[in-house]
Amino acid sequence: MSGGGLSVGVETAPTPRKRRIRPGAYWLAALGAIAVIALVRVLTGATDLTSRGTVQAALTAAVPIALAALGGLWSERAGVVNIGLEGMMVLGTWGAGFAAYQWGPWAGVFFGLVLGTLAGLLHALATVTFGVDHIISGVAINLLAPGLALFLSKLYFTNAPGGGQKQSPPLTDAPHVTIPLLSPGLRSVEDRHWWLVSDVAGLLGGLVTSVSLLTIIAALLVIGSVFVLWRTPFGLRLRSCGEAPVAAESLGVNVYLYKYAAVIASGAFAGLGGAFLAISSSQFRDGQTGGRGFIGLAAMIFGNWRPGGLAAGAGLFGYTDAMQLRGSDAVHALLLLLGIALLVLAVVQFLSGHRVIAAVAAVLGIGFAWWFFATDALPPELVGAAPYVVTLLVLALAAQRLRMPKADGQIYRRGEGG
Amino acid sequence: MRRLSLRAVLLGLAAPVGALVFAAAVCSVILVVTGHSPADVVDSMSASLDRPRTTVIAVNNATNYYLAAVAVAIGFRMNLFNIGVDGQYRLAAMLSAALAGASFMDGLPSVLRVALTMIAAVLVGAFWAGIAGFLKVTRGVSEVISTIMLNAIATALVAFLLNPNRLAVLEGNDIHTPTITSGGQVPGIPYSGSSTEVHGLILVAVAIGVLYWFVLARTRFGFDLKATGLSESAAVASGVSVKKMVLASMLLSGAVAGLVGMPELLGGAHSYSLNFPPGIGFIGIAVALLGRNHPIGMAFAALLWGYLDASSNGLDVAGIPKEIVAIMQGVIVLSVVVAYELVRRYRVRLEQREVGKALGTIKVPEVVGS
Repeated sequence: MSGGGLSVGVETAPTPRKRRIRPGAYWLAALGAIAVIALVRVLTGATDLTSRGTVQAALTAAVPIALAALGGLWSERAGVVNIGLEGMMVLGTWGAGFAAYQWGPWAGVFFGLVLGTLAGLLHALATVTFGVDHIISGVAINLLAPGLALFLSKLYFTNAPGGGQKQSPPLTDAPHVTIPLLSPGLRSVEDRHWWLVSDVAGLLGGLVTSVSLLTIIAALLVIGSVFVLWRTPFGLRLRSCGEAPVAAESLGVNVYLYKYAAVIASGAFAGLGGAFLAISSSQFRDGQTGGRGFIGLAAMIFGNWRPGGLAAGAGLFGYTDAMQLRGSDAVHALLLLLGIALLVLAVVQFLSGHRVIAAVAAVLGIGFAWWFFATDALPPELVGAAPYVVTLLVLALAAQRLRMPKADGQIYRRGEGG
Repeated sequence: MRRLSLRAVLLGLAAPVGALVFAAAVCSVILVVTGHSPADVVDSMSASLDRPRTTVIAVNNATNYYLAAVAVAIGFRMNLFNIGVDGQYRLAAMLSAALAGASFMDGLPSVLRVALTMIAAVLVGAFWAGIAGFLKVTRGVSEVISTIMLNAIATALVAFLLNPNRLAVLEGNDIHTPTITSGGQVPGIPYSGSSTEVHGLILVAVAIGVLYWFVLARTRFGFDLKATGLSESAAVASGVSVKKMVLASMLLSGAVAGLVGMPELLGGAHSYSLNFPPGIGFIGIAVALLGRNHPIGMAFAALLWGYLDASSNGLDVAGIPKEIVAIMQGVIVLSVVVAYELVRRYRVRLEQREVGKALGTIKVPEVVGS
């Protein structure tokens, strides 16, 4: 029952080292994606695809997912699978609800962080000290945390003003900032509905208008993680524990210590994500996380265990999440977008020699495009499945380049390396 | 030898019993800290045990949990983690309920109707798990991730299909699949003193348990399965096709998962609605862990879980949030795996000492580094 599982199906043949892709290429790809979205927007008339409101909603939805994903990144980079992110987030939402209604949003953030940290400590204790299977410990935390949160919520919120058995009293949101001049200027450009220009303006407009300070903190944490994990000796040692703990041990790294640090940080990030969720929706509710911890995990895998990638993954999930809240024609246009994306993927896979995968992607892409043209609307119940379908498709069709830390999920005990 | 085997039994029991005691202690501390009396909880829960109805509900819960645990255990035995039992069970229950409630089924003989319903559930469960198995063998996608995704997709699909325009009917404020008429139901087993009956399909759960034991202990397939779980490379070396085994065990696991909803559907609710409890798949993981994937052990674990759930309902009346039971369950899972690990380490050390004694090479441990 090791977290590593069976290695069947995983291609183990050494892949030739490819030329390193320059950062500029990613910007070009992003611009290309926006151009395609803009094209779909013009074709379908679904202005909500790139409107400022959508971007704002997407950002709010993406931050908790990104924080959970960051939690997964820290832990898995040190070789500990953390499937308990969901439970840690639940504790974060309760902690935020408990502290924020009494002492304001920042106390809520702090309290959510502390509870997440404690859950992380529990996971570290189980997996590192006692050598319990990582996934089992995570499942146990996911069983424990919602029970604990609801237990505490019944105790502390039932008689609080405006609270109930399953929800906290209303909370005050963290302050929001808008960049003056730039925000209204972008608004006027967006309203012209020019192809690409207005879309970029809508995108940027969403990023500079009424942004929560918590969102900014989350963005700084993603950048900070890049720096700490990839630019400091601490980060190098931490990652070495996830790649080759025995080798790290032989070089004098205290693997237990680094794993503890990583898993505790992971819990703190997840708790913070939960706190953000509760504070930005101005209330703690039972079941508020709705699987976001799991989506965070998916976003991290989607992002190839890298901060930039997970931010992109979280953005994608936040975007589809936001689409659910916006008009139905935007949701319908998503089908066409998915179809085009799959066709692009088919071409890419064909060029790199994967004929079968290319064919499957092409068939699916045509299928989604046909679905778009044959129907007028997408049932709202199915939109919720979009992020998961996309993740499955990415894993199934484009996963060759994904590489997880080599010793991820394996149980390490000091002095037992062969 | 006799003394030794007694010790083996004691060691085997030490982990689950120790974990239960530890969980009870943790919950007592939580109760005391939050201003409740642990004695009240014990009073309330043991008082509910005297009521026959609680026993029936506990047994019915245990039936569902046991099936889910077997589904999880099939994967566990070969190192596969089917987290998707939850989605497989809900999708299977929903679709088979729609089939069983369809009007054309009324003309068929009762046995055939029940059989068709269950076959449909098995096929749907196997199909949904099979997607994860297929992705695992063809693309190496971790079954943990794919089944989490499939759980969420199943939730959306069920919400989509459970709509009056599609497979459901609207009755008052309740949306559910068409009610299964009496010919398609499975009668319950009466229990004296209780108006609620024990689900008739508890027999299916027992049969699945026996089948699970038989296949694992007495067939070549079961041997291959266990061998793959213990060492993939050794299994490959002895000619086991791991890809086939992964696909087969995922399909079997999903098939059993499909049955999870059947006792409740055919014996209690008679239609699928959103009242079907989510999370049974995760309880199945806990029960399989507690029972160590053993057919009898899982039965005890399922009964314990079923009883804890059934007796928790009285707690809210006594002014104690019933979630204390959920906390206890979570602590049990975590402490039981820790306890198994500690016992295992202790056993290894004991064995080393025995071997050392037998060979006469045991030494006083040297002081290292001085």
